Amino acid sequence: METVVIIGNGIAGVTAARHIRKLSDKRIIIISAESEFFFSRTALMYVYMGHMKFEHTQPYENWFWEKNRIELVQGYVNEVDHANKQLILDDRGPIRYDKLIIATGSRPNRFGWPGQDLKGVQGLYSKQELEQLEIDAPDKESCPRAVIVGGGLIGIELAEMLRSRDIPVTFLVRESSFWNGVLPEGESQMINEHIRDHHIDLRLSTNLVEILSDEEGRAKAVVTDKGDTISCNLVGLTAGVTPNIAFLKNSGIELGKGVKVNRYLETNIEDIYAIGDCAEQNEAIGNRRPVEAVWYTGRMMGETVAHTICGQRRKYNPGHWFNSAKFLDIEYQTYGWVFSDRNRKANEKHFHWRHQKELVCITIAYHSSNRKFLGINTFGIRMRHEIFDRWLTENRSVDYVMEYLKDANFDPEFYDQYEGEIVNSYNKEMGTSIKPKKKSWKRIFKSA
Amino acid sequence: MKTIKRIGLIVFLIGLGIFTSLPFIGTYSLTSSDFTKWVEEKGIKSELFIKDIEQEVVGKDFSGMHNLTPIIATALDEANSTHRKNKEYKKVIYTKAHDISADLGKQAGSGFIPENKGLMWFMTFGLGIIGALMYILPNVVLLGKKGIKNDGIYHANSTNRGWIAWLVFFYLIAFYLLLYFRPQFAVNWTYLVDPTSEALSGNPAGHWFVYGFMYCTVMTVMGVRMYIKYRHNRYQMIRTTSVLFFQIVFAFLIPEIMVRLQMPYYDFKNAFPLDYDFFFQWNLRSLINSGGIGIFILVWGTLLTLVIVPVMVYFFGKRWYCSWVCGCGGLAETLGDPYRQHSSKTLLSWRVERWLIHGVLVFAVGMTLMTLYSFFSETGTVLGIKTSSVQNTYSLLIGSIFAGVIGTGFYPIFGNRVWCRFGCPLAAYLGFVQRFKSRFRITTNGGQCISCGNCSTYCEQGIDVRAYAQKGENIIRSSCVGCGICSAVCPRGVLKLENGPEKGRINPTQVLLGNDVDLMELVNDK
Repeated sequence: METVVIIGNGIAGVTAARHIRKLSDKRIIIISAESEFFFSRTALMYVYMGHMKFEHTQPYENWFWEKNRIELVQGYVNEVDHANKQLILDDRGPIRYDKLIIATGSRPNRFGWPGQDLKGVQGLYSKQELEQLEIDAPDKESCPRAVIVGGGLIGIELAEMLRSRDIPVTFLVRESSFWNGVLPEGESQMINEHIRDHHIDLRLSTNLVEILSDEEGRAKAVVTDKGDTISCNLVGLTAGVTPNIAFLKNSGIELGKGVKVNRYLETNIEDIYAIGDCAEQNEAIGNRRPVEAVWYTGRMMGETVAHTICGQRRKYNPGHWFNSAKFLDIEYQTYGWVFSDRNRKANEKHFHWRHQKELVCITIAYHSSNRKFLGINTFGIRMRHEIFDRWLTENRSVDYVMEYLKDANFDPEFYDQYEGEIVNSYNKEMGTSIKPKKKSWKRIFKSA
Repeated sequence: MKTIKRIGLIVFLIGLGIFTSLPFIGTYSLTSSDFTKWVEEKGIKSELFIKDIEQEVVGKDFSGMHNLTPIIATALDEANSTHRKNKEYKKVIYTKAHDISADLGKQAGSGFIPENKGLMWFMTFGLGIIGALMYILPNVVLLGKKGIKNDGIYHANSTNRGWIAWLVFFYLIAFYLLLYFRPQFAVNWTYLVDPTSEALSGNPAGHWFVYGFMYCTVMTVMGVRMYIKYRHNRYQMIRTTSVLFFQIVFAFLIPEIMVRLQMPYYDFKNAFPLDYDFFFQWNLRSLINSGGIGIFILVWGTLLTLVIVPVMVYFFGKRWYCSWVCGCGGLAETLGDPYRQHSSKTLLSWRVERWLIHGVLVFAVGMTLMTLYSFFSETGTVLGIKTSSVQNTYSLLIGSIFAGVIGTGFYPIFGNRVWCRFGCPLAAYLGFVQRFKSRFRITTNGGQCISCGNCSTYCEQGIDVRAYAQKGENIIRSSCVGCGICSAVCPRGVLKLENGPEKGRINPTQVLLGNDVDLMELVNDK
């Protein structure tokens, strides 16, 4: 019987294991040093905030693995010896494999800041980092101030977590406006306001220079490039993540930023595959980046590689881009491509609408000459994934999207609906006279 | 703000403390005239019992029901055993000692409590309400910006099965045991609400009136908490208003007013088989004997169960009843909301749930068929089993212990819908319709789920919502009561309650949006 070994028990590795089990009888081993059982990394913040206990982040009960004959090994892989098809672990004998899937995910970036390895300096990615946070910042008495460095999604999550325990937070963001490398200006501005509304000391266009240490080797303050020294007990480094592949350095597996893979998720060495955050596409797919540290791409790659390993060789073929996040209290969804002002191409035009009072806004991107709909960002409005996926595939125009926007609304029942207002404002700006069509179940579920 | 909360908590605890002390205090002195009147009213024929009570009780002062009850119970036992020995069966008193004590106690109550009903109401209910509101209202400010804040739920002793939760658990269980099985200790409580009861039905309050009044009070106060916590979620606001309305108007006011108008006591929203004694002989007789209104109730009750319930479930799912109308659901959604995260999501509990709830449904239906057979054929037994003993067993095990003691008492430890999930026969019936013939489903939004587990954690019915959401599969489960919290707590906008077209609501495929696969190729591969 063939043995498939998966390094990493995150969403990518576990999805691969589940699908291999569905498709075959192979022996499956998952190795992880981080945790005994699979948990949802995205939910770690809720454990600190007291919404959930750690066990709630585990999507499968503990008996699931044995029942599905998925062997779990807790250990750290030091080396991949592909000549002998075996893995060398820290504290036990080698593990042989016939097929190897590398799904080790990422780790927080550290850009060589002075003091980045002091006590009280950490990222927020692993279970261990969550536990460390609970030790270093249990409440505002033990942690009178925290500084977060890096203006991304993990940074704002960490800020929200600390604020839930009333810990004062200073948030250093390199950009001139929060996440404006990804979000268009109007949206980024709205999030800036929202962050400050939550009593987070947001400092834009500010870089970390160094972290100062006390006598015991703990972080006691940070120095910024604006010349400020901010005393703090905790420094959160959340300036993005990088593939977690240091252990593969001399393995002969081709590495770039991550583990280089082709569209079949195969590495340069036979029978070794890489999926999830740590995989780097040889060539980018569409507008996607070669390394995509997104929950659902890990899931998709896991499923794809399972098919390939089980004899149905399949290309990794992600469909239209989508994603979602939550900035404190504002939900964000995106379908298709809406580029930030910085990355926008010449022919990408935006229609932006923002509610006068509520923190609700949308941005629709379209092609300036043929008015083709390119993508949508929504803040504070939920949209139906299927509908946008369909419209993108059907190459609909932005006018069509406006006309049928009500079909796409996914907000809970009895919520205020803004489509009327949005279309009015669109008509005014574009000189069109579109009348929004009433929501139709028939259209919404036509593919069902 | 925090100070107001603290003071509120103290005021609430004082009110609760006084309320809790009432069963053990008070003076009871039965006058001879009251006793004679009572004997006449009840048609007591046992001269032994009458003599005993006249000697031992009448004209004497007792402090606390625990001193009075044993005397009455002994008198009753002795009288009954003598009558049985002498084969004087007509003189035997069949009412239980607890009920007689409660009855006589109500007549006998004297002193401060029955003489100062208004003040005592204020010292118990009044302080409780004021204290609770002082504790709850500051959240308008403290909860801050828009959004549902579940912060700290698993850090707080009271909501994380800490000692406070266990204390509440034991308190609630003791309260229900007393209410169902030792009503004589509730006598002092009845004085508090006598004025309300007299205003409504014209009668002094019994212990069930106390319970009804308390139910409405607790639901309203905790409803305020719901309004504040979910103030930015209109679905929750409207739903809370709806359950409050149905509880206060339909379950509480209308039945009492009907009694005043010489009509039968009836809760128009209470459908069989939750209303398990609807088809019991005594109810059918009393309805048939009450003329037009009785017949109307009979027809309405039957229609409600056979037509209205399934038709409404077809259009809206069982949520229209369980989350918008039902009193049990109403208490669960208000008083029980802080504990909703404790419903077990394990596969094991799901298995137990299915056996248990369907078992209760079978029991209820079987019992009713027996009852109807007995009613029409005028026999007391079916296939050698006594109908009345089946009815009594059901009343005790399901009606009292499961629905009351376990159903509410277990909130702080096992989640707020223990009864609805494991025991309610109506929920089981509605669930069948919802599962097989309904437009309702929880729609999942393509590939947006990040498996965070908020939905599953906060599902009061113990559904592992995430298991469906991460597969992009609509949730069609007979147990879902459509409370809408999963949708509210989802940080990615994945879940939506929908009454859409029935076709295509079950989508068991696991093709998520995101992976563009050639479907024909996929089919050929498999």
